[in-house]
Amino acid sequence: MKKILKFSIFFLSVFFLSSCSELVDHGESITVVGSSAMQPLAEAAGEEFSSRNLGKFINVQGGGSGTGLSQVQAGAVDIGNSDVFAEEKDGIDADKLVGFKVAVVGITPIVNKEVEVDDVSMDQLRRIFTGEITNWKEVGGKDQSIVLINRASGSGTRSTFERWVLDGEPAKRAQEQDSTGMVRQIVSTTPGAISYVAFSYVNEDVHPLTIDGVAPTDENVIINRWTIWSYEHMYTKGEPTGLTKDYINFVLSDDVQKGMVGQLGYIPVTSMKVERNAAGEIIKK
Amino acid sequence: MEDIQRRLLQKSKKARLEQIGKTVSFICILFIVVVVAAIFYFVMSKGLATFVKDGVNFFDFLFGTEWSPGTVGADGKPLTGALPMIVGSFLVTLLSAIVATPFAIGAAVFMTEISPKIGKKILQPVIELLVGIPSVVYGFVGLTVVVPVVRRTFGGSGFGILAGTFVLFVMILPTVTSMTVDALTAVPRHYREASLALGATRWQTTYKVVLRAAIPGILTAVVFGMARAFGEALAIQMVIGNAAIMPASLITPASTLTSILTMGIGNTIMGTLENNVLWSLAMLLLLMSLFFNILIRIIGKKGEFKS
Repeated sequence: MKKILKFSIFFLSVFFLSSCSELVDHGESITVVGSSAMQPLAEAAGEEFSSRNLGKFINVQGGGSGTGLSQVQAGAVDIGNSDVFAEEKDGIDADKLVGFKVAVVGITPIVNKEVEVDDVSMDQLRRIFTGEITNWKEVGGKDQSIVLINRASGSGTRSTFERWVLDGEPAKRAQEQDSTGMVRQIVSTTPGAISYVAFSYVNEDVHPLTIDGVAPTDENVIINRWTIWSYEHMYTKGEPTGLTKDYINFVLSDDVQKGMVGQLGYIPVTSMKVERNAAGEIIKK
Repeated sequence: MEDIQRRLLQKSKKARLEQIGKTVSFICILFIVVVVAAIFYFVMSKGLATFVKDGVNFFDFLFGTEWSPGTVGADGKPLTGALPMIVGSFLVTLLSAIVATPFAIGAAVFMTEISPKIGKKILQPVIELLVGIPSVVYGFVGLTVVVPVVRRTFGGSGFGILAGTFVLFVMILPTVTSMTVDALTAVPRHYREASLALGATRWQTTYKVVLRAAIPGILTAVVFGMARAFGEALAIQMVIGNAAIMPASLITPASTLTSILTMGIGNTIMGTLENNVLWSLAMLLLLMSLFFNILIRIIGKKGEFKS
């Protein structure tokens, strides 16, 4: 009998405490879900936002661009993060969503350090990823076969890369990895490997390639000389209101754009000299 | 008089307590059954949507070799051939079980027949420790150690079914070993005694009596290991290369049901074909684990010791 009493007290207290937390916690919160490439930025901005506005919480979760878009469309979350335009995803009704471009990410091809190639032309890069070129000696390197490493199909980085490099041609089916960190790790240890990562992931373990003599730098992205880049989007269902609106405004504010965005390896959307729409057309600012 | 009557007619405290206990445990069981049924229903309804709603032919799905659900093939149908992943899953599972079984039986014989003292004191804790290592650790070790070794010894990029087999072998070895130990200790003592009394040596007893008698138990252990290997996702995903193409050899990148599933699910939109077809893969996994479970039951029933 005593045990039952103990258990019931325990359960009751759990119930009471949980309802207590609802009573005490008057704070507002919103949920942000989506692109893992954007997660560090959304989290850092969310923490900063909470520390400036006490009692307002931003819950940030990953899950991928597809999850972000579908969840925000279903109304399950307040903001959906995506690496790609909502218009580009099947099954998403872009008219119902309102998009905010919060940052820009440049993507560069990287190769294993022992590949003695520094520069390729855009055409050569395309032929490497479509499987036409299979040996490094065809692009001026040593006699070594090329090991392609792709991101998972549907990943934002991959769709950006294929869009601007492959020009609509299907990529050769090859290894796939579901995270950028994994891609870098594999490229750094596999002889003859080539893949692509966001600028912020390039370190001394891998070797970035220049394309037609243009180096993958923020300065080249800003004027669109380096064409492989994409926006990081935050999508809301309908015009944002309340806390959601405050948070997005905070992310777009000069404070965040000039500070955090650059520190985390993204390019501030405010510093871009060109603008690109969902169809890929360039609009000079 | 009244007092005795009341005591006889009313339920005693203990009987009431028992009834409460019964009800609580019944509710718990019911809850588990409901959860399992709900998972089944959810996965099945999602997985079957590929065939019912999107009109994909079930046999095209099972036996097609082109996997690229986002694009359509020459005949205008989406490319949803899951055979590369099915083959990949079965290959790594079978190969790792084949490699692991002799090691597991050897270790188990050592622990039960040859040196039970060392077995209990040293090997048992080591094996239990191996079970507890998270699969991401196995995967990382596989990526940094096994893949380069395979690359240097066999050529290619190192990623592929062979590397996956090695990693899974280490992962299922402890499961298979500890279950084989249980199977061997379950062999009745009088089997051994009778064999020794007939003049058999220890090796003859072990090989001809104990192992023979424990075959159903050992098979159960192997099937358990296979079930674990089949469902393993993270570690295998890190070393197999995840290329949804038919494996041409053991050292070219391949994929398993689980690796394609975990990679794709975050990048697809709920309700689209790309997403549904992943649920179909999940359904296959679920059916396979059901199959393994039934297999274990059948083997277990046949192998009960009647004494």
